[in-house]
Amino acid sequence: MNEIKKQATRDAYGEALVELGNTRRDLIVLDADLAAATKTGMFKKAHPDRFFDCGIAEQNLIGVAAGLAATGKLVFASSFAMFAAGRAFEQVRNSVGYPHLNVKIGATHAGISVGEDGATHQCCEDIALMRTIPGMTIINPADGVEAKKAVFAAALLDGPVYMRFGRLALPTIFDEAYKFEIGKGVQLTDGTDIAIIATGLMVNEALIAAETLKNEGISARVLNIHTIKPLDRDLVLEAAKQTGAIVTAEEHSVIGGLGGAVSEFLSETLPVPVLKVGVQDTFGMSGPALEVLKHFGLTAEDIVAKSKEAIALRNA
Amino acid sequence: MEQAQKNELAKIARMVRIGVIESTHSAKSGHPGGSLSIAELLTYLYFREMNIDPKNPKWAGRDRFVLSKGHTAPGLYAVLAQRGFFPVEELVKLRHTGEMLQGHPDMKHTPGVDMSTGSLGQGISAAVGMALSAKISGDSNRVYSILGDGELEEGQVWEAAMFAAHKKLDNLCIAVDWNNLQIDGELGEVNSPLPIKEKFEAFGFHVIEIDGSDFDQIEAAYAQAKTVKGKPTAIVAKTVKGKGVSFMENKASWHGSAPNDEQYAQAIAELDAVLTKIGG
Repeated sequence: MNEIKKQATRDAYGEALVELGNTRRDLIVLDADLAAATKTGMFKKAHPDRFFDCGIAEQNLIGVAAGLAATGKLVFASSFAMFAAGRAFEQVRNSVGYPHLNVKIGATHAGISVGEDGATHQCCEDIALMRTIPGMTIINPADGVEAKKAVFAAALLDGPVYMRFGRLALPTIFDEAYKFEIGKGVQLTDGTDIAIIATGLMVNEALIAAETLKNEGISARVLNIHTIKPLDRDLVLEAAKQTGAIVTAEEHSVIGGLGGAVSEFLSETLPVPVLKVGVQDTFGMSGPALEVLKHFGLTAEDIVAKSKEAIALRNA
Repeated sequence: MEQAQKNELAKIARMVRIGVIESTHSAKSGHPGGSLSIAELLTYLYFREMNIDPKNPKWAGRDRFVLSKGHTAPGLYAVLAQRGFFPVEELVKLRHTGEMLQGHPDMKHTPGVDMSTGSLGQGISAAVGMALSAKISGDSNRVYSILGDGELEEGQVWEAAMFAAHKKLDNLCIAVDWNNLQIDGELGEVNSPLPIKEKFEAFGFHVIEIDGSDFDQIEAAYAQAKTVKGKPTAIVAKTVKGKGVSFMENKASWHGSAPNDEQYAQAIAELDAVLTKIGG
């Protein structure tokens, strides 16, 4: 077996911006003194005349992005998720969301896989925050291929998009033929006993979990929900109907993220058990990414255990 | 400026003030004080300074205006209506459910509004982004903004100012409405942003101090701003909150409250008397 290629979604983001800049002359990229880390530095190198560093000032970063978009530019504004969605939340809400401006927020270093930097930088609230803004599209890609395709798709969408990228190199799941469409989830495995609805780096864990469950005679359906808003309701509802038990898996707080979105939707359409694998109501901590993920219960094993719980709950 | 021109602008500023009083009276809420203090600035910008087309409010080549102190939307709406962006009749529907004129400017639904504002500190950043956009594209249009003096207490204002100067945005001209009052009282009692001139100079702006109700000084300041190269300009305009309505002048309580029927009648009577004075 060939060695699986690994790439962090932030690296794919940087590559995609460079490519996009070759064809889209209206593309402007902004950063807040983190270009080396967010990988917008790749764009800066390739298209220096269309890159602007706003310095350590994320509120102004988002406001400048809004002004550029209001005059017709396609803008990608980047910082860490903690600062783009957290510190600048109200700027995103009032200067970008309310006027529905064409600003793409490329938020990197999302989730606890930031690792060693610890709790202050491990943003597990960004999806919840962004979901509350009317008209905001939220994309959380699962690997480098999907991240790149998501950037191109977001560039074609007229309106605000929050894009969530990670620091950790992830196994590549998809090949170049993979079709990406904003708002359309992807069923990766068919199954009838349990549906694992995953996003971001938990998609790969969900696939491993499905293999384990299969060996134990449990048929698991895996959905990749790369677009958390708008949620692919049809795909989620179909999974709920055909399995009757759901586990959501995300590198985000169990409050307000994918698990929240799925629960909110199904509670009004087809109430079935929805158990959540995610960061429980707690802050992160320092440590190597993989160890931290394990510590907080974000592994394939955790998905397997939750799947069995969900099935038991359904059958009770 | 010739007296006739000055009189013409004074008449428009008077109509702007009447619009502020009529709209806030009808809404039974809103922000008349800081709308009245910038009536001359708005009048000059929309009738002399800016290259705009009310028939084509989204014209790409237009100058842009961002009311960073978005709560004084009644002033902006009144001048937009006077300039012909929408009928004057809209003004009395301010803040009414389902109507166009929102409590704070909404660029999606109001012709002539270039940016949605209202959360203080955010407008200037958007104006800076617009100025940067023009520089990137090599466009010659200019970007204007008015900020409140109390608004200068927002940290984002200084993030934006630092960036604008660093990027040498000489196509950006902001004005600070220095009426010395904010909701909780005088600037110095609350959390003083003073000195304003020195702060903007330290941040790399060309600064001009003027009397913000004097059309000659306003004209000179905006003309000078256009000659400045390599740095943005800040016009620090000394103004009077509530100007033109005697009982509203210099009173913080008129920051965010509307005139009742009696006060409305008195305000309109005072503004009518102005017309006699100008000789209209």
